[in-house]
Amino acid sequence: MVGGKSLGERVFNLSTFSIMIILMIVTLYPFWFSLIGSLNSGADLARGPIFLWPREFTWGSWNAVLSDAGMLKALWITASRTLIVTSVSILYTAMFAYAFSRSYLKGKKFYIVIGFASMYFSGGIIPSFMLMNWLGLYDHYLVYILPSLFGGFWNVIIFNANYKAIPDALFESAKMDGASEFRIFLQIVVPLSKPVLAALAVFTAVNIWNDYGTTLYFTQSNHLQTLQYMILRLIQSNRAVENMMSLQGSNLAVASLLNNTKGQGAVTAQTIELAAMVIASLPMIIMYPFAQRFFVKGVLVGSVKG
Amino acid sequence: MAPRKQKGFRLGYDFRTQFELKVMLWPAVLLIFLFDFTPLFGLLIAFKNYEPIMGVQGIFTSGWNDFQHFIRVFQNFQFWPMVRNTLGINLLGALVAIPITIVFALLLNEIKHPKFKSLVQTVTYLPHFLSWVIFGGLFITLLNSTGIVNFLLLEFHLIDKPIQFLADPKYFWGVAIGTGLLKDIGWGAILYLAAMAGVDQSLYEAAAIDGAGRFKRMINITIPGIMPTLMVLIIFAVSGMLNNNFTQIYVLQNSLNLPTSQVIDTFVYQTGLLQFQFASATAIGLLKTVFALMLLIGANALSKKITKTGLF
Repeated sequence: MVGGKSLGERVFNLSTFSIMIILMIVTLYPFWFSLIGSLNSGADLARGPIFLWPREFTWGSWNAVLSDAGMLKALWITASRTLIVTSVSILYTAMFAYAFSRSYLKGKKFYIVIGFASMYFSGGIIPSFMLMNWLGLYDHYLVYILPSLFGGFWNVIIFNANYKAIPDALFESAKMDGASEFRIFLQIVVPLSKPVLAALAVFTAVNIWNDYGTTLYFTQSNHLQTLQYMILRLIQSNRAVENMMSLQGSNLAVASLLNNTKGQGAVTAQTIELAAMVIASLPMIIMYPFAQRFFVKGVLVGSVKG
Repeated sequence: MAPRKQKGFRLGYDFRTQFELKVMLWPAVLLIFLFDFTPLFGLLIAFKNYEPIMGVQGIFTSGWNDFQHFIRVFQNFQFWPMVRNTLGINLLGALVAIPITIVFALLLNEIKHPKFKSLVQTVTYLPHFLSWVIFGGLFITLLNSTGIVNFLLLEFHLIDKPIQFLADPKYFWGVAIGTGLLKDIGWGAILYLAAMAGVDQSLYEAAAIDGAGRFKRMINITIPGIMPTLMVLIIFAVSGMLNNNFTQIYVLQNSLNLPTSQVIDTFVYQTGLLQFQFASATAIGLLKTVFALMLLIGANALSKKITKTGLF
């Protein structure tokens, strides 16, 4: 094989290789750029951009972000809702999918109809806003939890496809022995569905961690801000200053974070923004390579959705 | 063939089992009813003289208004630019993203070095797992007038003064499409790669014996192999062409690029939740949903007719 490579083949391989390298650089460089920027002195950064390596290294901006009360509050809100929603919604969704997949479930048609209806019909943002208000969830921590506790019918379809791979004989013998449905679910189905559970848990966690829409639509208090939302406001307020644009409604939490910088010294609005972005993306960057092996096997269908 | 014909004796049909299954189903069912179906009543206000101050009972007690909100939507001077932006970003985006993602997947599929291949995949998945706030924020910084893109363009004398990528409306579609492509090129390729892995390997061997080169094999074997996947993705793209990625657009949008960055979803948010025009914002949202559903059904029917593959 090695000796038989023609010139054309070699050119093809070399250009493929180069394209991949360039694509990887284009993908990774923005992160490198923000990482070095966040670890560089802000006053120095204002003199000229840095592209490869910090010129005046400092942990100042990281410290400022990690010791800011508003930031820590946002981090707590984001982390706690990610943990709660991921664990409960995976349980509810997997459980629903198990019961749904049983051939002996009576009234299956009803569940099929509401499942598909929930996928294709939606009231949209204003009716949802009115509902949250009516339920008293508007500007309440629970708005981050309750509406997301079911993972959606799409995930049910994915679970369902995976449950089909479990041999029927296992279920039958367990039922003969008088095992309850809960026991079958917990002791047979869950252990045999680990890859899909892991993959869907990762997707759910990523979605919740990255979500800022809920904060934008359904909250107004500073103490209910999520990490992503706070960073968004940080970016917007910095751009507004740069481009001399008007900013709709200033944000108290962001203002207090930026207050101690005053645009000079080691820590500036710009380095704070970069540090916050790097810190908020770290959990995802650390986690996803470990989960990667589950993706393709577990949930091929799932990625069509996104 | 079964000796026991009585219903009560068949495994799983007893009361206890059915009860246990219901217990497992109903948490989700209640959540669907509460958070997915209850808001559908709210759609009524699109046809009514509703004001936010009327509260929830106002949805039912306010008077009908003969489609005034819908008529006013089409008369709104902001309506057509916003439809143009929505369709433009989505359709051009799909036209750019689908072929480039396929080419990327094809090239990746040709890499015979497994370690390098998985490295490329891991790296290109990364942006998919980051929020639009972070990813968009990074690009806002890079595309800034003092950012690296302008720095390089100036350095190589391709431009004389910095390009205002995000402050000049001219560039917004390009920025939205480009960042969208870069964020999901790796992740989008997963589906094509899986389809390629499913192609019968003996086809390649037979073609190689017949003297077909690498490129010919790619065109004549790999591409037909990924056709069903491609059709499904095209159906999704067509049915989703009114649905912008709100999270992306909202991050990249600012008051300077609004002429080309205002799309239906951001407009609904702005007029509805910021200016409290509940009824007219709901009317626009409803129009969008109905058209999107029609597009989905239409695209699916067309795809079934032409390629015999469809979603349902």
